[in-house]
Amino acid sequence: MSSLLIATPVLVPLFTAALTVALARRPRRQRAASAAGALLLLLCCAALLHDAIGGAVTTARFGEWAAPFAIVFRIDRAAALMLTVNAVLALAVLAYPGRGGALATPFGPPLAHGLLAGAGGAYATADLFNLYVWFEIMLIAALGLIVAGRKPAQLEAGLKYLVLNLFGTVVLLAAVAGLYGLTGQLNYEALARALAGRGKDPLALLLGALLLLALLIKAGAFPFLFWLPAAYPVLPAPVQALFTALSTKVGAYALLRVLHDVFPAGAPAYSEALGWIAAATMVAGVMGAVYHYDLRRILAFHSVSQMGYILLAAALGGVAGIAAALFFSIHHILVKANLYLIAGMIARRGGHHDLRRIGALAHSDRALAILFALSAAALVGIPPLSGFWAKLLVLREGFGQERYLWTALALCTGALTLLSMAKIWIEAFWKPHPAAPAVQAAYPPGAWAACGLLSLLALAMGLMPGPLIDFLYAAAGTMAAPPAGGAP
Amino acid sequence: MIEWALAACVALVAAAGLYLASSRDLVAMIVGLALLGSAVNLFVFAAGRLGQAVPPIVEAGAAGAAVANPVPQALVLTAIVIGFAFACFGIALALALAAYDHRADADALEQAEPPPRPDGDPGELP
Repeated sequence: MSSLLIATPVLVPLFTAALTVALARRPRRQRAASAAGALLLLLCCAALLHDAIGGAVTTARFGEWAAPFAIVFRIDRAAALMLTVNAVLALAVLAYPGRGGALATPFGPPLAHGLLAGAGGAYATADLFNLYVWFEIMLIAALGLIVAGRKPAQLEAGLKYLVLNLFGTVVLLAAVAGLYGLTGQLNYEALARALAGRGKDPLALLLGALLLLALLIKAGAFPFLFWLPAAYPVLPAPVQALFTALSTKVGAYALLRVLHDVFPAGAPAYSEALGWIAAATMVAGVMGAVYHYDLRRILAFHSVSQMGYILLAAALGGVAGIAAALFFSIHHILVKANLYLIAGMIARRGGHHDLRRIGALAHSDRALAILFALSAAALVGIPPLSGFWAKLLVLREGFGQERYLWTALALCTGALTLLSMAKIWIEAFWKPHPAAPAVQAAYPPGAWAACGLLSLLALAMGLMPGPLIDFLYAAAGTMAAPPAGGAP
Repeated sequence: MIEWALAACVALVAAAGLYLASSRDLVAMIVGLALLGSAVNLFVFAAGRLGQAVPPIVEAGAAGAAVANPVPQALVLTAIVIGFAFACFGIALALALAAYDHRADADALEQAEPPPRPDGDPGELP
């Protein structure tokens, strides 16, 4: 029974994807099946989280093979929480009406659930080759969602996404093969044992660096970030929101796992390089956001910049660093997905995504202005919203480890984030409309429901961060110290 | 001996793949990535050690002569299938782009990321 439950983060989305393919010619039933699948996924993930809250680690070895040979799924506190956040987000995104977008085509729901299945597998697995396979599943589903609209810009975005990410997975496969050749293991625990004494072995360090390089490409870190701002801006709002949770965050989570679960002996050797990459990612991303005037491009560059904070926390390491990275990931998934959805609403009301062509929304859309202001303030990190605690956790650990330069760069990035969010606020909401506003489409209740749900969750996270931070410290404790004994 | 030959093969195929992947022609770029994937597949295969051994089908209870390692073979089969699917998808995508503007050139890709205006302001997405 427990091995069935532990497989549900993969099985439920895969089954839903198959069902939605069968219902492709009946849009209403397809949407209903898709929503029901997301709801079931949320219930299963909540059940897994309930099991994991006390610190129990659920494992399942498929095919009843002996310990290091079977493909293992292992769900601890961190994995269960991330899976639950993903399921919540999927539910909100599917409630958001994607008229004219990829999710409105018959291909949309199966591909979205395929993406969820890939992400679920990547969170649940404890096997390196299996991780590679889940990344490939996520990649092909994401590509399908990108090109489903068939506009030339989307095809082009799909090609850029494909080329850079395919290079990443090729590197990932090479690293996995090299580590297998070196140790004869693929299982995380067995790899951790085999690599335990090899913190100074150049070959092991090289292969570990190759693995981290592949995951950095997936996470959109500094010199490999260019697939992200090329692809996100041409996508419809719900797909952007889905991607912000299901592409870069999975890469960052896998990077945390590799650094602290698979190769903890090598982590000190990488932390310096990783910290500088993180700082460069923060600065490069926010510079792009300050320059651009298109809402979608601003938000895409922000996604890069915020990945920098998560990577910085991962580089700082230790229990506090892991907890900060997880807190930041959850905050960013909720707030950023919400901002993408709100940007979609702004564009629908204002008639365009480019800030130079819209304005005066504060008078016509007060509720939307409040929603945006709340999310933007949370992203910037104004107390007592979630972004404040997320940045506080990262900065405190940075000061604690006397990494003053990285911390100063993170603070500057925060100031520039404020600048670019203020730009959106002034241009879209305050300034008079540059032309006579066109007839504005009203937005349906689904959009309000999705944004309201995400805003409430982010608000709750900001007003009551204590329980979550305690939980994440406990989760980081299990991740930083994997059970040294034999597999259960 | 065979190890060096295979290592040279991997290096050669990877070099060819990288060369093609850095080409400006979109189809060549995808083919290059597929070649790079093939080089990595050979590397995966070699991770299980090379040498003469019997196939890994062992009678129950029979303690083993030198049998080949079946794991990399299973891994490489998976990777080949995935890589082939991606190569097909990528070439179809490149051809669709070429059909749109009649030049499959990486430098002509300016739809998703419009270049800045002459005065330095950011370009406008549709």
